[in-house]
Amino acid sequence: MATQQTQVLGRALLTPAVALLFIWMIVPLVMTIYFSTLRYSLLDSETWGFVGLENFRYFLTDPAFLTALRNTLVLVGSVLAITILLGTPLALLLDQQVIGRSIVRLMVIAPFFVMPTVSALVWKNLLMHPVSGLFAWVATLVGATPIDWFNDAPLLAVILIVAWQWLPFATLILLTALQSQDEEQKEAAEMDGASALSTFIYLTLPHLARPITVVILIETIFLLTVFAEIFVTTGGGPGLATTNIAFLIYSQALVQYDVGNASAGGLVAVVIANVVAFFLVRIVGRNLEA
Amino acid sequence: MARKVTARRIWVSTAAAWLFGFLIFLPILWMVLTSFKTELEAFSMPPKFLLFHWTTENYATVQERSDYVHHAVNSILIAGGSTLIAMIIAIPAAWSMAFAPTRRTKDVLLWMLSTKMMPSVGVLVPIYLIFRDFGLLDTRAGLVMILCLGNLPIVIWMLFTYFKEIPKDILEAARMDGATIGRELVYVLTPMAVPGLASTLLLNFILAWNEAFWTLNLSTLEAAPLTTFIASYSSPEGLFWAKLSAASTLAIAPIIILGWFTQRQLVRGLTFGAVK
Repeated sequence: MATQQTQVLGRALLTPAVALLFIWMIVPLVMTIYFSTLRYSLLDSETWGFVGLENFRYFLTDPAFLTALRNTLVLVGSVLAITILLGTPLALLLDQQVIGRSIVRLMVIAPFFVMPTVSALVWKNLLMHPVSGLFAWVATLVGATPIDWFNDAPLLAVILIVAWQWLPFATLILLTALQSQDEEQKEAAEMDGASALSTFIYLTLPHLARPITVVILIETIFLLTVFAEIFVTTGGGPGLATTNIAFLIYSQALVQYDVGNASAGGLVAVVIANVVAFFLVRIVGRNLEA
Repeated sequence: MARKVTARRIWVSTAAAWLFGFLIFLPILWMVLTSFKTELEAFSMPPKFLLFHWTTENYATVQERSDYVHHAVNSILIAGGSTLIAMIIAIPAAWSMAFAPTRRTKDVLLWMLSTKMMPSVGVLVPIYLIFRDFGLLDTRAGLVMILCLGNLPIVIWMLFTYFKEIPKDILEAARMDGATIGRELVYVLTPMAVPGLASTLLLNFILAWNEAFWTLNLSTLEAAPLTTFIASYSSPEGLFWAKLSAASTLAIAPIIILGWFTQRQLVRGLTFGAVK
């Protein structure tokens, strides 16, 4: 198809992007691997030296790592559950005939475009403040005691903030997928006397299986590294209550200046993300054939 | 479309949709309302919904006390600069993969996607040290570079999916008519590619504008964009709700408006075309 001339041209045009991405991928990664084998503290340059896998042993057996790993899993799992369990009915609702649908859609999608530092601070101060927050007021209205979110349920508070930001993403993707569903099939089912519920279970849900998988994979990749929301609300605390892997690595690198240990942690994060990415790349790759 | 829907059902779904839409939007609405209150009324219990003393003084104070414009300019330069450079690198690459594919094109595309899967935190240490040694910490140039590289795979993928949809027949016809590659580019391809280019540009501007990991870790004051600037309100001495709300409203307003125009591209762009 393509002539020799265009092939040469094509290669020339592709080279800058490939070269840059290659450098971007390989240089920091090699440096991280190298640092991870060193005793290397920015505060103490005297004791610099090769320690083999010592940093990994230290990082992986650090109780903080297990806490951070558990927090990461709880955060990712909860946000995924909330966004999909709420996003699916919301998408179904928005797929109906709704008066003023475009305005509703705008309201539903808006949180995705709010920068993380803004949503974290707005939730922390204006909504979740135990005395003057909107939630505290609602609690007193119904006769309940306001919750001191960031002291009593800090991880839940972070989960709610992050879920609010990602609900629009899940909803929008599921809505897009719903709109490509075969209307005639649904009509036929209706004519055959299928109930709304069985139409949903046998037609809609299988149709949504793939978009739901894509939502899970993409959200997981982003949620594994949630950072700004924790940075501005709790700083990982109280104690280690809201420290996830990303925040743990950050605090080892730029708070404790322990380069070696943080690099080992960074590689652990890369490995975890790659497990998820493996499945995503396969799904996207299959789509590329079509 | 063709299915008959009863009026009652429309009213029920309308009411439900508006209720949920309102609940989801409430934090943003509440922030905007608070930005027009005095600091005293921002704290008042019970909260005041509309009947408060409306004022715009917070917006003036945010600029006077902390030079909001400086950070907004940083945001525009960093998000805009990184997006433009990414486009300049990505357009030729996506063009060649869409129009002159080879056997390895698919692998190259998937490899590019996989670079986006690398968690930023995994390379925080080396990037921080490189930035420190080259004097790039808290510089706009440094942030432009890092955000450009971070977004490059998405830019290439989005452009690739757009370019691939341009019908090849039109190109063949132009070639048969003796059009050179230059003329083909200017007269045939460009006009058809403009909508895709525009939405890629917009979506990546939005992503770069909201990027917080690198900006929080690599900028402090001089190059701090709005993400970092807003975070400075988290310190105890900076707790002014009305002013925080005013600064936040200014920071997100343009992006929410742009976001509205790019919602379709958002689905394509962020799922790498895996959902249609």
